[in-house]
Amino acid sequence: MSGPIHKLTPVLTKRWLSPDAWKLATYERLDGYAALRKALKAHPDDLIQLVKDSGLRGRGGAGFPTGMKWGFIPQNDGKPHYLVVNADEGEPGTCKDLPLMTHDPHSLIEGVIIASFAIRASHAFIYIRGEAVQAARRLRAAVNEAYSRGYLGRNILGSGYNLDLVVHSGAGAYICGEETALLDSLEGFRGQPRLRPPFPATHGLYSQPTVINNVGTIASVPYIVLGGADWWKSMGTEKSSGPMIYSLSGRIKNPGQYECGMGITLRELIELAGGMQDGHELRFWTPGGSSTPLLTHEHLDMPLDFEGVGAAGSMLGTTATQLFSQQDCPVYATYRWIKFYAHESCGKCTPCREGNYWMIQVLHRILAGQGVKADLDTLLDACDNLLGRSFCGLGDGATSSVTSSIKWFEQDYLDYIEGRKAPMLKPELVGAH
Amino acid sequence: MAFSEETYNRAKEIISRYPEGHSRSALLPLLHLVQAEDGYVTPEGIAFCAEQLGITKAQVNAVATFYTMYKRRPTGEWLVSVCTNTMCDRMGGQKAYEALSEYLGVGHEETTADGRITLEHAECLAACDYAPVMTVNYDFFDGTQATDALQIVKQLQDGQTPVPSRAPRLCSFREVQLQLAGFPDERPGAVAEGVAGDPTLAGARLAADNGVAVPGFDPNTPIARKEATA
Repeated sequence: MSGPIHKLTPVLTKRWLSPDAWKLATYERLDGYAALRKALKAHPDDLIQLVKDSGLRGRGGAGFPTGMKWGFIPQNDGKPHYLVVNADEGEPGTCKDLPLMTHDPHSLIEGVIIASFAIRASHAFIYIRGEAVQAARRLRAAVNEAYSRGYLGRNILGSGYNLDLVVHSGAGAYICGEETALLDSLEGFRGQPRLRPPFPATHGLYSQPTVINNVGTIASVPYIVLGGADWWKSMGTEKSSGPMIYSLSGRIKNPGQYECGMGITLRELIELAGGMQDGHELRFWTPGGSSTPLLTHEHLDMPLDFEGVGAAGSMLGTTATQLFSQQDCPVYATYRWIKFYAHESCGKCTPCREGNYWMIQVLHRILAGQGVKADLDTLLDACDNLLGRSFCGLGDGATSSVTSSIKWFEQDYLDYIEGRKAPMLKPELVGAH
Repeated sequence: MAFSEETYNRAKEIISRYPEGHSRSALLPLLHLVQAEDGYVTPEGIAFCAEQLGITKAQVNAVATFYTMYKRRPTGEWLVSVCTNTMCDRMGGQKAYEALSEYLGVGHEETTADGRITLEHAECLAACDYAPVMTVNYDFFDGTQATDALQIVKQLQDGQTPVPSRAPRLCSFREVQLQLAGFPDERPGAVAEGVAGDPTLAGARLAADNGVAVPGFDPNTPIARKEATA
């Protein structure tokens, strides 16, 4: 293999090849905590500027510039500042943060310390998804080791800087990946999103200035501190710099985590992963989880960076690339995703709570061979009432698969409605629950 | 049921993790702690959390009912969760769930008559590259088609403990709840057990095998200083 192999950029995933990298001694041998020593000698403002210069953008889906987010924290305000890591990985298709925390937890911890130092926080939290018990075991063991070696706690490495880090397990709620719902959950409430403004930068955890970043974002920081902004920008594209972990799943020969410079195409990723499985041809795929509109084989050569995917009417999201073939039905996939959104809707706002519930019923009756043509209008109308009218991004994200599947695969819907395709589900009485 | 002195001490330790004046942040770990003691969130457990934090039982209940992992009914020693979100469903997860449901004679969030196994279908468990997956007490079994899922459950019924694909030997539902409350896994050597599977390492291995690395990395690259802040 020649072409795409050179697009691999093993940075965040490199240490995963060392089975003991989760232990401090091994981590230290592999450049570990060198970035922290370097960072503690720098001025915090210079670290924020460095991250700005690197062009690092959030790896949790939205792609917000990280350095700018850090810069929003008001300084010399006499208030406590907080850093919260969003490790509540649960967007369907997404599976990059759990392996990072399991196999290289110290890289996240080192990033947490540097980021906290930069924004002048003395308390940091990692909110990790409850079900991720193995990642949490390793992470907690690593935090304890970091404390025992003076990387956390009082007077870190003699710098005078203090930081406490708590690993906080969630309890099974996708909505807590939404940053303000996460804050409510971390404060001991139901995980429901908050009205913005005010934004977390001024009124976050305990109503104090707070930065919330994804695992991959924070774990990138030590590499930027060591290698510099220019080196970081040597990977990726002008506006989407650095490496990104693409998570390939589905009808592909070698599914898994492929870290590449941003802007790689799906065609190249499929080649890296050994091609499609025998008997399967790509029919539809998500570029970044189920909240990003579906794409088709027409988009095989589209650059997978924030701009490229946006231009095609979708979103880069979490680079959770789920591949489906002609053996998978886009209508059924949409139905299954909407069941997910309905289950995970926090119930706070009507469009999301009711919209998802009713979309399940409509999709179910289409798949049961009882749909009518007007059902497509009903679905699109429901999406109109969700998108932009929901309290948070969960409701917006729910519409992605519905509108995009109708856009690309309307014929599949009509085939069920007009009886050309055998029903996939048994009929149910609508609303009879 | 009265809570043990150890549980009271653990509750204090949990509360001490959070900044002063923000003890309510301890509620999620405290509810995990209650499950570690009682096997599910009991009315006594609700009262315990309320008492520890100085809030009402209604406030605790509102939180406990929101989250999937807080169980409202007695839960088996083994909680079997089968991912049936779109990717796992398509790869065989839905069939695995249906096979287990039929074999065990229980539905979603129901426990077998002997009280040992609780079944549930789960939403995306963040291991799509290993689809279809299931977990037992939240540790992963990868690529579990219906026959694999049945075999794992039969082993549990026979008193054997099947080994998860990438995690230590199984621990009980109550043990894992204690870990979720933030306490270390005390089993000797357990944290070290479990190795990464092929999908996790696919890209990194491909790069290493082909000698691909990112050029120009110099860990001594200086951090630019702004004069105003120097």
